Amino acid sequence: MYYDKLIFEISTPGRKGYSLPDTGIPAAPIDASLQRTAPAELPEVSELETLRHYTNVSFKNFGIEKGFYPLGSCTMKYNPKINQDIANREAFQIHPLQPASTVQGMLEIYYETQRILSELSGLDTFTLNSYAGAHGELVGLMIMKKYHEDRGDLKRTKVIVPDSAHGTNPASATVAGFESVEVKSNKDGTVHIEDLKQVLGDDIAGIMLTNPNTVGMFEKDILAIAELVHEAGGLLYYDGANLNPLLGVARPGDMGFDIMHINLHKTFSTPHGGGGPGSGPVGVKAFLADYLPRPVVKKENDQYTIDYDAPDAIGQISHFFGNIGVVVKAYTYLLTVGKEHFSEVGKFSVLNANYIKESLKDLYELPIDDICKHEFVFNGLKDKSAHVTTLDVAKRLLDYDVHPPTIYFPLVFKEALMIEPPETESKQTIDQFIAIMRKVAEEAKTDPDLVKGAPYTTVVRRLDEAQAARNPIVKYRDLT
Amino acid sequence: MFKYLPHTEHDIKEMLQVIGVSDINDLFHEIPQSLKNLDLDVPSSHSELEIHRRFDELAAKNRKLIPFVGAGAYDHYTPSIIRHLIERQEYLTSYTPYQPEISQGTLQYIFEFQSIVTELTGMDVANASMYDGATATAEAMFMATGAKRRNKILVSSTVNPNIKQVIATYAHYRGLEVAFVAEQDGITDAADFLAKNDKDVAGLIVQSPNFYGIIEDVGQFRAPLDETKGLLIVNSDLASLSILKTPGEQGADIAVGDAQSLGVPLQYGGPYIGYLATTSKLMRKMPGRICGVTRDADGKRAFVLTLQAREQHIRRDKANSNICSNQSLLALFVTIYSTVMGKQGVVEAQQKSHDATAHLAQRLIATGQFEAAFDRPFFKDVALRSKLSPEVIESTCIEHGFLGPLWLGRYDDNLADVFLFGATEKRTKDEIDAFVGIWEVR
Repeated sequence: MYYDKLIFEISTPGRKGYSLPDTGIPAAPIDASLQRTAPAELPEVSELETLRHYTNVSFKNFGIEKGFYPLGSCTMKYNPKINQDIANREAFQIHPLQPASTVQGMLEIYYETQRILSELSGLDTFTLNSYAGAHGELVGLMIMKKYHEDRGDLKRTKVIVPDSAHGTNPASATVAGFESVEVKSNKDGTVHIEDLKQVLGDDIAGIMLTNPNTVGMFEKDILAIAELVHEAGGLLYYDGANLNPLLGVARPGDMGFDIMHINLHKTFSTPHGGGGPGSGPVGVKAFLADYLPRPVVKKENDQYTIDYDAPDAIGQISHFFGNIGVVVKAYTYLLTVGKEHFSEVGKFSVLNANYIKESLKDLYELPIDDICKHEFVFNGLKDKSAHVTTLDVAKRLLDYDVHPPTIYFPLVFKEALMIEPPETESKQTIDQFIAIMRKVAEEAKTDPDLVKGAPYTTVVRRLDEAQAARNPIVKYRDLT
Repeated sequence: MFKYLPHTEHDIKEMLQVIGVSDINDLFHEIPQSLKNLDLDVPSSHSELEIHRRFDELAAKNRKLIPFVGAGAYDHYTPSIIRHLIERQEYLTSYTPYQPEISQGTLQYIFEFQSIVTELTGMDVANASMYDGATATAEAMFMATGAKRRNKILVSSTVNPNIKQVIATYAHYRGLEVAFVAEQDGITDAADFLAKNDKDVAGLIVQSPNFYGIIEDVGQFRAPLDETKGLLIVNSDLASLSILKTPGEQGADIAVGDAQSLGVPLQYGGPYIGYLATTSKLMRKMPGRICGVTRDADGKRAFVLTLQAREQHIRRDKANSNICSNQSLLALFVTIYSTVMGKQGVVEAQQKSHDATAHLAQRLIATGQFEAAFDRPFFKDVALRSKLSPEVIESTCIEHGFLGPLWLGRYDDNLADVFLFGATEKRTKDEIDAFVGIWEVR
């Protein structure tokens, strides 16, 4: 049966789900003039009611342990349980103001994680203080800005962002006080070198690139691009959302990138958590190391220290040290995969993607018919005569218990269907996905209305999204 | 074979055949050879048993101290059921709820979270979370400067210095001007605010309880800000608002802060969770995700991300914020905490934290080694003066297994003899006796 209650709807006045000890400490009443006039109407439920409610609510979600997520640019790989067990250890539940001498274990985790990330990426040093990918982009661009400012090169006010870039790239550029300049892509989504040359000049602070790009193509002219940008006095920023296929294969630092972020919740398997917490470490080449945000974790004579002053830092971008709980999970994953298996991660993700692409390109339009990396983009169904859209295909997949691929992104293809099958998915799972995709393509031909009306088996069917925006109901009180 | 990689030799061969290449390395043919010769200096693969041994070793290098300090990270009790629930794979491993038909679980708890935040803050609308209280405050600044098309923001000096630093950093790169309002005896100097407030000011950021734990009268700034059409931005520890006068009651335009003290474990500073709430009038200027109610094709009530036209994936370089995924699972954490502790329990935990802090302050003052830095009502942080050196205080506390106060001289030379203490409902009378005892015998 469909569970449709809100927690407020099962609340009963006077009911309790907690107990706190009597501390024997005398009460210290707070002056009434400082208190709120009416209590906050939080739920009043028992412990079991709380458990039942959130268990029933959870059943309305998909998850990696339920099924396959071929979500482009999101790298929804398996999230090992051991990562969680380690992060939950009582020894890591420490107050962030504890002096360095008492948290050597924490600081070692921080330092070692940044060292391994540096080694895997070819950058020289990382901060782990940034909370997510978009936060990492912002921090990276602040570093870019400060580098130019410190050289007195104040006219560099623009950042180049390809039209296929993630939406956060231009948004981060704006928030960092830059103007973004869009460069067009080649047909295969790679950077148009002649177009790039046109915009490069002494007003360009740098370029943001995702490599492989969002259509899954490796930027094969990357060395030439790096040279051009550097010659023009700009820096190269690497958006790490698509790092997975290069793991153990090639390194952004060797390609000429000066700054990058990594999404630990993608490449390094800390879970997505339904939209966070993530972690977006930012790495830089040595000449930018002093710009990393405060506080900085350092290693001096086998002792770990915290530098709260770091005079050349861009400033401070988090209250404490970022999402360390997430870093602990990533460190666990890095140690588990280890030297022996990093390159297999990259290679098998690419193998999976190409296998799906080749197995479906007769039924789905493949605008770029070439070897892809970890992901690729279909431009909707090949046969468009029945007017079945990418949205329809995505919704029909729900009836087959598959999470839809990323849709309508990148913007360079009108009916984009962006597929990324992580390395943790087996050939059997992928074959099943291929069979489902073929079945949906067949349905689109034989019974298009069936596809257009999907989904049918989910807890709710297609939603009236316009209604939600027209008349926003955004809290329980709006309903009553 | 490796446990996270299911590909057998046979699978690989079959898949390569379909692709039409003979070797898996051919899939990387376009990557310049010069980039591909890696010899990585990284640790070898660890089995689970070895992982546990490694982390036993790391755990042994930490010394967990009993905190008598808060200063933005509060050691509250976390009921057992929360971990069990948030670690359900449906919550932990799911993606951002862009496909609402299979994300009703996430969307529903976001809606409940928004409801809880609006209850506590007294505001009209809250978003689905922010990274932390400091970055949430910086985002509130962007909201104000964007909505008012003014470049300048006033920030009270009594705001937590880490939050001030984050605001200053965000403002610098965006090209915004931050002016600090002086403090007077532990609170925002109202006269200095009036002197600095004018029609170029987009808004004022104040904190209550402020960095010193003092409950400020933030409502007094409403009228002068109305005159200049500036916004009132109030940063508060979310849990404290279960007792204290809300930002909404005091006329705030934006309420922001950290929600960590609704049961989120200390975990060395993160993940915590920021919140941001505002008025209906400013709803469409908010950063981040917002969940709303709608109907499905069969007329069933359902939840969906709404007002997305504000966000980066639609507006790209025109977006006023770049925020994307942030702290969703922590929003669930806070929602479950607020549910199981409930209407009475959240208040009880906060009141007991205040009781413990007040008792601690009184006992410390009675030792003769400390005196109140300010004669003002405080909540669960309290600033005390002492002639003892910060080094002596720190090392003595550690020696006895305690994390002592935060020395404020670290942020301000004028506060070289001031120390910020704090306590929560987790501190027992015995612990307080033992902690105070250190200073009695000296």
